[in-house]
Amino acid sequence: MARAIPARRRWLLSIVAWAVGLMIFFPILWTVLTSFKTEGEAIAAPPHILFFHWTLENYVEVQQRSNYIEHVSNSVVIALGSTLLALLIGVPAAWAAAFAPARRTKDLLMWMLSTKMMPPVGVLVPIYLLFRDWGLLDTLTGLTALMMLVNLPIVVWMLYTYFREIPADILEAARMDGARLFNEIVHVLAPMAAPGIASTMLLNIILAWNEAFWTLNLTAAKAAPLSAFIASYSSPEGLFWAKLSAASTMAIAPILILGWFSQRQLVRGLTFGAVK
Amino acid sequence: MIAPSVTALFLWMAVPLGMTLYFSFIRYNLLIPGPKSFVGFSNYYFFLTDPAFAAALVNTLVIVGGTLLITVIGGVLLALLLDQPIFGQGIVRLLVISPFFVLPTVAALVWKNMMMNPVYGVFAQIAHSLGLSPLDWFASVPLLSITLIVAWQWLPFATLILLTALQSLSEEQKEAAEMDGARRFSIFFYIILPHLARAITVVILIETIFLLTVFAEILVTTNGGPGVATTNIAFLVYAQALLQFDVAGASAGGIIAVILANIVAVFLMRMIGRNLEA
Repeated sequence: MARAIPARRRWLLSIVAWAVGLMIFFPILWTVLTSFKTEGEAIAAPPHILFFHWTLENYVEVQQRSNYIEHVSNSVVIALGSTLLALLIGVPAAWAAAFAPARRTKDLLMWMLSTKMMPPVGVLVPIYLLFRDWGLLDTLTGLTALMMLVNLPIVVWMLYTYFREIPADILEAARMDGARLFNEIVHVLAPMAAPGIASTMLLNIILAWNEAFWTLNLTAAKAAPLSAFIASYSSPEGLFWAKLSAASTMAIAPILILGWFSQRQLVRGLTFGAVK
Repeated sequence: MIAPSVTALFLWMAVPLGMTLYFSFIRYNLLIPGPKSFVGFSNYYFFLTDPAFAAALVNTLVIVGGTLLITVIGGVLLALLLDQPIFGQGIVRLLVISPFFVLPTVAALVWKNMMMNPVYGVFAQIAHSLGLSPLDWFASVPLLSITLIVAWQWLPFATLILLTALQSLSEEQKEAAEMDGARRFSIFFYIILPHLARAITVVILIETIFLLTVFAEILVTTNGGPGVATTNIAFLVYAQALLQFDVAGASAGGIIAVILANIVAVFLMRMIGRNLEA
């Protein structure tokens, strides 16, 4: 970055980069714009890019048609619930792996990771049958628990890579002073690892929000989060692009914004520390 | 302290996997009552010799291979571009990584309708304005359409990881090579690309694991069709289990999917394990 480059070259590179960036972002931008159009304008040819009659009616209609808010709240419950549950049992596990490793710890960590490599279709049949027999199909309880398990390996691994950067001496000092284990974790480790824990939460909320294999297979009308609910727009009746866009915009906006703040953590979390 | 996590994961993975394995060796169809007798490998035989399996295997490989090709090459180019001192670098970066956060079902529906629709879609309108006849994406090239959608979702991931790796390359090394008179071309092939090799491997392995089980994008756009033109292995197993209620056949398919994924996973695990030693 220190090198000076000719201004012309810099302008040229900038123009190319912006053009490519906007091209990649275009489908999202187009969705947001279309959500404010009427159905007629949504399919106008040539398209009206900015100068159309802006309206909010699609957002109103999406809610009236299908109780949209309920699906939003399902998404929130599943994403937040599963992330908190995963932290609850993931923090102690990561603590043990980072500060009190036993001979088998490394193997256990690798084994946890390996569960993430298993394709979900490998267990689709038994999970579906068990959910059916236990009355968990299309329930928030079932899906939250399942999503916790789906993401637990990533939680433990991410926390582990953050905890490893904290000097063990500090925790030992606390122990010498007579802190009990619970206090050690809550009052010494947690504040020091707060940024790491927050990043872990963020990434897991994103992953849980966007999960679409299990939500599509295990939910119907009641517990469907947005990822499954939007699929109902795949068999449309009549004009529907503007409504699809409104529903889509609301479904991706919160996670897109969270995602923008979590670029770095994303790399770390999704490569299990293999690229930092 | 590690026990609750291990127990939970063990129950979640090992038990259902064991059940899948068991189902795959018995006769078990939800629509056909009768004794669940042991049938050996015949479920595997039927699954593997079904013409749909061969098609699904090829489709799976096309989706994985095509997406990897686009995202790795595109990712390297984008990472090189974003590493340059451009105006508004941070914003361009946000634009480029955004598709990764879009719900898979939303991405698929938006692309299928608003981008690829043969009459009103953006691509069709561009084709019209250029005087070309628009392509009916999902009718004439369904598999390519799905691959493009999936590649759009994964390009940000590759870019982000490669960019992170690129930024750890020391500027001095490049400058030294430039002083020695190395041309941009050779700097790329002899310094930058070798430096990225590890990150590229990680991208390929991780993407492969996720791409082997692409599902939502297929379900909401083509439902596996026309015929089995866009059915991959994950979708085939789903159709066998939840549409045809053939628990045993689907279980055999599930086990085959697990074996395929494991071949890739072994390599990835080795790389991550090596990192743990360091």
